[in-house]
Amino acid sequence: MAYQFDFAPVIDHADLLLAGAGFTLALTAVGAVFGIGLGTAGAICRAWKLRPFDRLFGVYVEAIRNTPFLVQLFFIFFGLPALGVRMGEWQAAVLAMVINLGAYSTEIIRAGIEATPRGQIEAAQSLALTRRQIFRHVVLRPALAKVWPALTSQVIIVMLGSAVCSQIATEELTFAANFIQSRNFRAFETYFLTTALYFAMALLIRQLLMQLGRHVIVGRAR
Amino acid sequence: MLVQFTTWDIVRNLLDAAKWTLALSLIAFVLGGLVGLAILFARISKHRALQAATKAYIEVFQGTPLLMQLFIVFFGLSLAGIDVSPWLAAAAGLTLFTSAYLAEIWRGCVDAVPKGQWEASATLALSYTQQMRHVILPQALRIAIAPTVGFSVQVVKGTAVTSIIGFTELTKTGSMLANATFEPFVVFGLVAAGYFALCYPLSLYAKRLERKFHVAR
Amino acid sequence: MSLVKIAGLHKHFGANHVLKGIDLDVARGDVVALIGRSGSGKSTLLRTINGLESIDKGELVVDGTALHDGRGDLRALRQKVGMVFQQFNLFPHLTAGQNVMLAPTVVKGTPKPEACDIAKEMLLKVGLSDKFDSYPDQLSGGQQQRVAIARALAMQPKVLLCDEITSALDPELVSEVLAVVRQLATEGMTLIMVTHEMRFAREVGNKLIFMHHGRIHESGDPKTVFADPQTPELANFVGAVQAA
Repeated sequence: MAYQFDFAPVIDHADLLLAGAGFTLALTAVGAVFGIGLGTAGAICRAWKLRPFDRLFGVYVEAIRNTPFLVQLFFIFFGLPALGVRMGEWQAAVLAMVINLGAYSTEIIRAGIEATPRGQIEAAQSLALTRRQIFRHVVLRPALAKVWPALTSQVIIVMLGSAVCSQIATEELTFAANFIQSRNFRAFETYFLTTALYFAMALLIRQLLMQLGRHVIVGRAR
Repeated sequence: MLVQFTTWDIVRNLLDAAKWTLALSLIAFVLGGLVGLAILFARISKHRALQAATKAYIEVFQGTPLLMQLFIVFFGLSLAGIDVSPWLAAAAGLTLFTSAYLAEIWRGCVDAVPKGQWEASATLALSYTQQMRHVILPQALRIAIAPTVGFSVQVVKGTAVTSIIGFTELTKTGSMLANATFEPFVVFGLVAAGYFALCYPLSLYAKRLERKFHVAR
Repeated sequence: MSLVKIAGLHKHFGANHVLKGIDLDVARGDVVALIGRSGSGKSTLLRTINGLESIDKGELVVDGTALHDGRGDLRALRQKVGMVFQQFNLFPHLTAGQNVMLAPTVVKGTPKPEACDIAKEMLLKVGLSDKFDSYPDQLSGGQQQRVAIARALAMQPKVLLCDEITSALDPELVSEVLAVVRQLATEGMTLIMVTHEMRFAREVGNKLIFMHHGRIHESGDPKTVFADPQTPELANFVGAVQAA
């Protein structure tokens, strides 16, 4: 007997799915702002060799990039309470996303900073700009503009990765999908539509961030 | 029955589980590489429909969560009447995931071969296949080594997600041990250390290859 | 009978009409110099002759192999037309010898030992017989360009296209490459070259073509054309080049 696909039992719960999607986007937004902020700080410390922060950020970056997000999340949510650091599901999810994105964006932004042509800095020096002014106006802005597409991709990776936050019962999109399929017993259809929703969200974030990059970071609409 | 776990018991169990993480990583990487190669050739072929289909394939896998891909493979295969174990679903899902990423990385490497190389070989009357085989791919291969090794780290980390569909590897074993021992801090710390021990050498190697390549250019 | 015959050739890049009806005949043994400002269409014209740029309309015949309105056997055409590029475009993963051997073995099916002999002969011709096993990055720009010439010659082309082959070279390396080209010309090789070396064009060329806005604006014997330009555009161009 051929299987009859039936998406109606999923559509019935569309409100739950959309709420979950909204929560995933909210987590991602907060994670992106603080993650990229942390990454910028890390990149500055690394690029300027600010002791001892450059070393600390170096260890942090390697530790995060060489362990799975899911394990980082479990460590924060289940492990840290042993040290008396207790937090709720969504706080743990956001913290894990910030820490994860912070590590990757440290490396991405640092690469952008280090790719600044020598002549740019020399030209700024010859115009008598201070070190701080040079960094802000001549180095950082072009560096961010240059690596913005890579940062955008990384934000999307973090958003997609946040699906595993359902494992600590953060009520995001996958959590909603798990709940719905436990009710309607239509696992395939439920996850299929959820996947489509994630795909649409990834496209949306790319569009939004690329627009933002064009207007705010590059500073001109071309 | 209450079992008392020593730290050594935890480590021993985790080491045992790490074997499965390693095995799954290897299988996904090797099979994913083979499928990825097929995807790559379709992606860079002159056939429009093949190009479009493989482009969509890559975008879907790069634009959706690995967890969803695993769920769909798991439930999809069972709908197709195949009796799926978590092990099979994990291997199949990760293989597809890996193939999409590797195909895209490798396409980037083919694109990175300068246009002049295409033109010079074209003027020597080489056919498309001959250009690929003798001029473009040998150069793309050299460019590809470092990012390919780098991506292997993503595959190892990706295996952690298969714990959610019930495959008993390092993370799953860690969760069970954490529940049994009431020592989540130690257990997940050790689990993280285990992944680090697998991934960090690969990351270092990738970085060294990249540096060597840039010097050689 | 002409070796290369171009008739009514048109080429667009999008809305940009870059070649507006080119007619050109090149006889066996001719050395043709194509000159003109950048954007005049001279490089595009050269690149259409071996199909690197497609032809929208018109006819191209090289030694009996024809493209009508851009359709025809491109690979057969390319076996008759060699090309040397501004940026050398040697294959970096192959030695000088392997660079020269590749096309004869792969395209013509020449056995390896024979192809190896051809490669040695060609490298000898360009004065690099000792560099057979060197990789491109171990060679100077001038040497790389000479390998590129040897690579093109190994296919025994009927005509050799040279696209500003000395423009990317340090000044002191230009003469060694030009010496090779000069020798080819005296041996009777048919050459079509886009060049900025006006003196070389005058000394070695027997036909000069001045391109302007996608058309052949003026042509003739280099010595007379340079001495007595008929159009203000060419006079202007020659003046500008000589002043530089």
